[in-house]
Amino acid sequence: MDSNKAKNLEQILESSIKDPKDLTRYLYYRKKLKEEGLSDFISILPLGAAINWARANSVWPLTFGIACCAIEMMAVGASKFDLDRFGSGVFRATPRQTDLMIVAGTVTYKLAPRIKKLYEQMPSPKYVIAMGACASSGGPYTQLGYQVIKGVDKIIPVDVYIPGCPPRPEALIDAVLLLQDKISKTIPQQEAI
Amino acid sequence: MNYELISSKLNEKFSTNQNQLNTSTAGDPYFLINKEQLLPICQYLKENEELWFNFLKLITAVDQGDKFSSVYHLYSYKYEFGITLKVDLEKTNPVVDSLCGLYKAANWLERECYDLMGIIYKGHPDLRRILLPLDWQGYPLRKDYVAPTEYNGIDNT
Amino acid sequence: MQTDSLHTEELLVNMGPQHPSTHGVLRLVVKTDGESVQETLPLIGFLHRSFEKIAETLTYKQVVPYTDRLDYLSSMNNSLAYCLAIEKLANLEVPERASILRVITAELNRIASHLLAFGSYALDLGAYTPFLYSFRERELILSIFEKISGGRLLYHYNRIGGVARDINIDIISEIGQFIDIMRKKLNEYNELVTENLIFIKRTANIGLISMSDAINYGVTGPCLRASGLKYDLRKVHPYSLYEKFNFDVPIGQGLKGQIGDCFDRYWVRLKEIEESLKIVEQALDLLREGEIRTKISANLKLPAGEVYVPCENPRGELGFYIISDGKPNALRVKVRAPSFCNLSILDPTCRNTLFADVVSIVGSIDIVLGEVDR
Repeated sequence: MDSNKAKNLEQILESSIKDPKDLTRYLYYRKKLKEEGLSDFISILPLGAAINWARANSVWPLTFGIACCAIEMMAVGASKFDLDRFGSGVFRATPRQTDLMIVAGTVTYKLAPRIKKLYEQMPSPKYVIAMGACASSGGPYTQLGYQVIKGVDKIIPVDVYIPGCPPRPEALIDAVLLLQDKISKTIPQQEAI
Repeated sequence: MNYELISSKLNEKFSTNQNQLNTSTAGDPYFLINKEQLLPICQYLKENEELWFNFLKLITAVDQGDKFSSVYHLYSYKYEFGITLKVDLEKTNPVVDSLCGLYKAANWLERECYDLMGIIYKGHPDLRRILLPLDWQGYPLRKDYVAPTEYNGIDNT
Repeated sequence: MQTDSLHTEELLVNMGPQHPSTHGVLRLVVKTDGESVQETLPLIGFLHRSFEKIAETLTYKQVVPYTDRLDYLSSMNNSLAYCLAIEKLANLEVPERASILRVITAELNRIASHLLAFGSYALDLGAYTPFLYSFRERELILSIFEKISGGRLLYHYNRIGGVARDINIDIISEIGQFIDIMRKKLNEYNELVTENLIFIKRTANIGLISMSDAINYGVTGPCLRASGLKYDLRKVHPYSLYEKFNFDVPIGQGLKGQIGDCFDRYWVRLKEIEESLKIVEQALDLLREGEIRTKISANLKLPAGEVYVPCENPRGELGFYIISDGKPNALRVKVRAPSFCNLSILDPTCRNTLFADVVSIVGSIDIVLGEVDR
């Protein structure tokens, strides 16, 4: 299973290099490192993959707890279910310094313009996790709440949805890991390089 | 301190046939009072030495189908006793005096009743919506309310 | 305003619905003159989820999980208040074992809620370690709750007529171990935070609330007790067999400053954790064999009438006012939320203080926006 996954990863990295001269150079250096026995200490990657690796392992979230799911988000930041070991431990208060917005709680009409404004203030590339049943689709208040928006994806685009009311802290960690997978598979924008 | 004492004191100070103690239904008894006499009765209940109802717990707005009611729960810390006062209002013109001069807790509680039911409190210093957005149409807790499917461009079906 | 030849103007600062303290979506518009605060305007309603309209539409049994989500930090106490109100109107008798189980879970939830209030208050003032310590103890309580009811934060454990599940000897021994651990950790918290000079300077003599002001504004709970009034609903109007327990009611004594300041409110909560531990110990001794729930009919109909039942929540007096007209769903359900009235005292308390004290006062009043907005 592991060797299959490693071969798969190598194929993905090879296919992401477009220029044939760059490809031969990459394969030559990779073979050289393996021969010298240094591939445990030095890794050679195409530039896009290196940027993705840096971005995926340091996703900084925005403190945006609205309701009950916010308490589980705080529990994930505390010491039993530590989120810091995945690189996401630094919860910033200002959207200008974050990559990730975890919408934890019910979204109402009164709060909607603020969410949109905060999302637009975050710099690209930015990601959104809809945590809990209320943020995914309205939750228990879907049919009868007159001020509740049925899911935060009516206002901003969402990358990962987490079901649960409230979801366990392990579910939030799973969502962050899924997001890291998603980030490492994207092709970084040409302007960003 | 019990209901008979309060009832007798109210009847000797204010007119007898308008302030009845209702014990016919299950649960707690309540005083049904006239809406013109609300402010003098509350002032008497708060300042009388043997009653001393100095804590306003709750103001509720009720839609009973054919009329509205404004319900007040008062409590006395000294005698550890609580009572309920109920004022009936007509549906077309729900106006009643505000208790903001006596209890400062009434400020936010009355704003909430105005916001959700539409009862107007005369004499309130700042009567505007508190829980819903300021440009919301309608009063949600009325029985004939229909929830909107769209607000300010956000479609919510 | 002009001081000598210096002209100043008022500044409106917006502490918006998203801000780094953990009290939720509260918006404060603060009018300041330099650094001193002239007026504070709290704007709420960002979490208004229409609980009262839902409670009029669904049947009585279906509303119980929604009461958990009002004050999401003390969900055992919320559902206890609602179930007591319905049982009073329907004249239902709750078995003794169920009442003792309700007391145990309610007091453990009070400890968890006060621990979170303690941790987040210290976090607001700039100290990160007490937050991690209090969450470590809170996880012990949450693992007990997970074994009892299946949930970590929202339990749906109290049902109409009793409780949902029984507890066994493993859970009882785990609760006993937790009581011993918590008693030792309280000494640690006192050393770390209560005796800390920086904490004392930021909380003593700040945010004074006098007893008459507190009663007039409708403040209840630890904030009222910190202002000097010795009143606790569990002692004065006991519910759910609280009259069988022996505990004290701590009031503010002005240890480091004046009576009714932020330090007193914090100190009252810490003392209440000790008292709750005593209650849980006595409750475990009183537990006897028995039923855990009385049978109720599938579609429960209450007689026409109304009832108001108050309970002592960790934040104050939570009351449910239920009016019924004989149908399977209520005519009107109104929640008397403690944080709603506690928040209304913010504006007069913050007059003429420094801006940084606003954070300290908001943290010490300990509000939860789920019940302010309902």
